[in-house]
Amino acid sequence: MEPFKSHRGIVATLDRANVDTDQIIPKQFLKSIKRTGFGESLFFDWRYGDDGKPNPDFELNHPQFAGASILVTRNNFGCGSSREHAVWAVAQYGFRAVIAPWQDRNGTRVPGFADIFRNNCVKNGLLTIELAEPEVEEIFQMVDRFKGLQATVDLDEQRVVLHLDEEIAFHFDIDPVVKDHLIRGLDDIALTLEHESDITAFEQRHDTQLHR
Amino acid sequence: MAAKTLFEKIWDKHVVQTMPDGTRLLYIDRHLVHEVTSPQAFEGLRMAGRPVRRPDLSFATMDHNVPTTSEDRMTIRDPISAAQVEALRKNCKEFGINLYDLQSDHQGIVHIIGPEMGITVPGLTIVCGDSHTSTHGAFGTLAFGIGTSEVEHVLATQTLRQSRPKTFKVEFTGRLGPGVTSKDMILKLIGQIGTAGGTGYVIEYCGEAVRALSMEARMTICNMSIEGGARAGMIAPDDTTFEYISAEDRPFAPKGKDFEKAVEYWRSLPSDPDAAFDRTLTIKADEIAPQVTWGTNPGMVVDVAGRVPAPGEVPGHSVRDVEQALAYMGLTPGTPMTDIKLDTVFIGSCTNARIEDFRKIASIIKGRKKADSVRVIVVPGSQQVRKQAEAEGIDRVFKEAGAEWRHAGCSMCLGMNPDQLKPGERCASTSNRNFEGRQGKGGRTHLVSPEMAAAALIEGHFVDIRNWS
Ligand code: SF4
Repeated sequence: MEPFKSHRGIVATLDRANVDTDQIIPKQFLKSIKRTGFGESLFFDWRYGDDGKPNPDFELNHPQFAGASILVTRNNFGCGSSREHAVWAVAQYGFRAVIAPWQDRNGTRVPGFADIFRNNCVKNGLLTIELAEPEVEEIFQMVDRFKGLQATVDLDEQRVVLHLDEEIAFHFDIDPVVKDHLIRGLDDIALTLEHESDITAFEQRHDTQLHR
Repeated sequence: MAAKTLFEKIWDKHVVQTMPDGTRLLYIDRHLVHEVTSPQAFEGLRMAGRPVRRPDLSFATMDHNVPTTSEDRMTIRDPISAAQVEALRKNCKEFGINLYDLQSDHQGIVHIIGPEMGITVPGLTIVCGDSHTSTHGAFGTLAFGIGTSEVEHVLATQTLRQSRPKTFKVEFTGRLGPGVTSKDMILKLIGQIGTAGGTGYVIEYCGEAVRALSMEARMTICNMSIEGGARAGMIAPDDTTFEYISAEDRPFAPKGKDFEKAVEYWRSLPSDPDAAFDRTLTIKADEIAPQVTWGTNPGMVVDVAGRVPAPGEVPGHSVRDVEQALAYMGLTPGTPMTDIKLDTVFIGSCTNARIEDFRKIASIIKGRKKADSVRVIVVPGSQQVRKQAEAEGIDRVFKEAGAEWRHAGCSMCLGMNPDQLKPGERCASTSNRNFEGRQGKGGRTHLVSPEMAAAALIEGHFVDIRNWS
């Protein structure tokens, strides 16, 4: 997996909450047995009209978002189905990072991304960043005001910087395990297999039938 | 010893070791596999020259792509679907994995056949490349959905690296009223906490109303944990669980002395009385009404006696979210839910297509006819459910009511197969997701319990089952 340190690119916005993985990549594209070719079908039902032509009303089709590589969206992105195809589609479209707000609901912090989606992102080197709601709102407004706005997401420094005349920067928190994983571009399976003898030893004392 | 929750007992027993980065290497006892989320994982193994570590702990079937009519079932016409199903056959053969293929008596939706065959028993860790793996938590297992990269990881190592989730206790006090089901309990909960309310947690459902539920009804609750954001939902095993497992026809369940020993262990699993949870919530079961979703996620839900809400009236959703949902659903605020007319009623999915669901529906519709305006599709969760229903004459009740009686598969739950809604079609569905386009592009889904679907198919619109005869 390609290591992730820092990335600069155009910011695109998608002003929707609870975007589920059925929207990110609709079911008909899950029939593929390959791991590539999903970028063209990202947000298919929103992105294309019934005639198969790009839907001009859909945000990602707006000309100022051409070539965008940082996606900013609303809360609970990637909910629903576990399909990793959704992450493949987002990454293969060209996004390197997705930003969504965490929320406060009756005093509990509700994460900005669904669990399985976030996990799948880590496996594919796609960075998910959670910011506070007002911060995400500010990015939305800046992107709306300054067409073609670019940002840098710096994983090492845990910062998002908007490249305006006067730069705006946001700090983000991230699970240190995830950070390390992305920065080093680790291959999980190879790492785990280094512990194969431990797994074998465990299997000798663990009864998978649990009839005890 | 410190008091432990059900989750902690299972988790602790499965930690192979703590990794240098602080995550835990967790041993996986059962890995369920289906055709959609596995081909890239097998391909990864092949490319790296890695074998499947424990083919004996993996179980595969095909469910998502499978046509459900007798004519089409064995010859899948869509060449891409056919290739995906064929890839599973080839992979299972090459890597030595048990496959319940289309001609098998045990083929069906992966989350239905696991419990049915006794693959799912208390105390296990179970994963599958499918978010509704949470279903198996009804037996007191730690069961959760994973992505394809993790599927490959489990195939290669029989483990997963995991950070420990937080625990969330949801207690349902009191008893459900007549006509109210476990589907209504879980929809009520999701309406309350939102579709991300459980993100980062494992939920344990408990309380009098949960204890009173059958295994089938418990599976419905755990199944939809993921719709509340929780990767896993669990219910402590008890006599109801053991009785279900001891039924005949569960080839993988322990028998005789093994069973007795297992039960002894399983009785040690429930959360200790003073075990601490990271979060708790209590819901009064006797106050729950039958639920119907009106929007495009399962948290957009109201009591059947309620009305379609207006933007600004829905906690946890912005005005814009609600406007988008109402526009997609073609609904006007203020409309009584019972005025909503239906085109299709879908009875199926891993949420509600077990024999008990079918028995209940049959008892409601027996001797009656469906409304002329609706199409009714009934899809058993497994070929076993189909066989059992036919033995009990339930198929005849459905057919006489004018419903289509199908073979096992995911069918219209996600429309990856020929069963789909047409644009604008409105459907009462016993499944778990009312996302845009889930049942077919432009299709409009309302999630309900099997009982509510039964009443709706007779009347052609939603009815409050509590005062309907
Ligand atoms: S029935 Fe629906 S939710 Fe269940 S496994 Fe199949 S597609 Fe997924």
